[in-house]
Amino acid sequence: MTSPTQVLPAHHRHCDDLFVAAEESAQHGDWAATAASFRHFHDQMQAHFEAEEALLFPAFEAATGMRGGPTEMMRYEHGQMRALLSQLEAACEAHDDDAYAGNAETLLMLMQQHNMKEENILYPMCDQALGAQADQLGAAMSAMLEQAGA
Amino acid sequence: MQPTLSFEQAPPISVPYRFFLTAPLFGAVAGLILALLGPETLESRWSPGALAMTHLIVVDFMLQAMCGSLLQFVAVVAGANIWRPRVVAAVVHPTITAGAVFLASAFLFEQRLLFLLAALAFVAALGLFLTVMAMALLRTPARGTSIHVLRVAVLGLLVTVVLGTVLAVTLGLAASPPGGLSMPALIDVHVAWGLGGWALMLVIGVSYMVVPMFQLTPGYPVWLTRLLPAGLFLALCLWTLQLVPGSNLAQASKSGAAFAGILLAATYAAATLWLQSRRRRRKTDATLLFWRGAMLSLLALSLSWIAFEALPQLGEHARAPLWLGVLALPGLFLSVITGMLYKIMPFLNWLHLQQQGGTAWTLPNMKQMIPEAAMRGQMRLHFTALALLLAAVLWPALALPAGLAFCASCVWLELNLVGAARVYARFRDRIGAAAGAAAPAARS
Repeated sequence: MTSPTQVLPAHHRHCDDLFVAAEESAQHGDWAATAASFRHFHDQMQAHFEAEEALLFPAFEAATGMRGGPTEMMRYEHGQMRALLSQLEAACEAHDDDAYAGNAETLLMLMQQHNMKEENILYPMCDQALGAQADQLGAAMSAMLEQAGA
Repeated sequence: MQPTLSFEQAPPISVPYRFFLTAPLFGAVAGLILALLGPETLESRWSPGALAMTHLIVVDFMLQAMCGSLLQFVAVVAGANIWRPRVVAAVVHPTITAGAVFLASAFLFEQRLLFLLAALAFVAALGLFLTVMAMALLRTPARGTSIHVLRVAVLGLLVTVVLGTVLAVTLGLAASPPGGLSMPALIDVHVAWGLGGWALMLVIGVSYMVVPMFQLTPGYPVWLTRLLPAGLFLALCLWTLQLVPGSNLAQASKSGAAFAGILLAATYAAATLWLQSRRRRRKTDATLLFWRGAMLSLLALSLSWIAFEALPQLGEHARAPLWLGVLALPGLFLSVITGMLYKIMPFLNWLHLQQQGGTAWTLPNMKQMIPEAAMRGQMRLHFTALALLLAAVLWPALALPAGLAFCASCVWLELNLVGAARVYARFRDRIGAAAGAAAPAARS
């Protein structure tokens, strides 16, 4: 079984781990390691956003007819997280540990409350709305995340 | 009917902030009462000063902060629409504040009319709050144990308010309690539902989400997430049986219920400390330390309760309940609340400014909203005040320094929160001024 509810929460945890690895390197002032681990984290976050925006959200909207509701808010929050990722990238390039720590803290809060909404509300709604299509979609997203080098 | 899903990121910022910004002020007043009235306040839990302080802390500090947070939290975690949050906050906040001031004054000055006014204020404010909250929590499509626990907590608040109203009206009319109920039993049940059924239940429900979230700890074991609220609720129901007059079963169930409740609370505290020790994010910040202090206070409270049961000459001392009260109120609940406020306000500042300014603005990040040194300094003062309050229960002569330290810690908390609100206001005004300047240019 590979419904979105099974694939995506696990990938959230994976992104959390990558976040911690990058944050710890930055905290120790090891900027070479931070650059590498931040890149990995950044790419996985982007892949996650893209899998949802290209596959899951359109399928949910088509199945339920809900266009202006939850998926719109999730896309908006993806935009907020992308902006913070850019600021982290800039802090990483400038070797600015205060800016890295502050933006990382902000991104973590945003990520966690976003994940909570998806995992408690949106994904279960998707499973329900998508029916038999759910497994197929989950498999496609899983492949997309793996391709990004999970 | 299709449940309404808001998915709004947050209600207007004024909704939680009006509660947050007044809460610590009443803690400061409670500290002053202790400092001014001195050692006689600590003679027993029934002294006018102790009753006034307790209600200023549980209602005007804890309940205010919890109502404000819940209005915010439910919108996010349950995707639930709160009915007209601005109106609800504008009614509930001043009315609860007034109610608690009436109640504290009623205890201090022994004025019967004030008990009646307090009861009226609480019924109006909390009646509205509970209705709105129950609607939001019952209609949400969200899943997860936390939502169930929040529902039970709201029920706990309802029971607390009903019993509190009965008590206040009884005192206000100088009558006997209705239905031949015993006053001490009513008070015991009111306290248990207020602290266990509402406040601790709410902390448990919230911690299932925020403990893993802030420090990336493992989640609470699923069996435990179900056992804690169900067990605590059952223990509270058994404890409530003491209201049934003359029942032997009721008396027998009383100590069993209390023991079960204490064991569950201690298990929760130990589990939280254990999860935090296994956190993936190793950073230690003020919020984490406040949580640890809170959980250690809850463990200390549980051990003290067991010691008081085992050694009746200790447990029957008039000041024993005060010892438990200090561990529960400033020790457990105010520590959790303060730690949470230090996370919530910086994040809400950022979130609301981001919504107003978009990505065009370089906004202060969370760490620039309240200086870390100010949070840690206030935290050290808070735990010093806690130690002094415990010492003052043992040696009431210490009432003055304990009261002043607690007052100062609450004032410092207030200054930190006001500082955060001012950072928000400053950037909001800048964004507004820039938008105002851009609008005529766009038109011309």
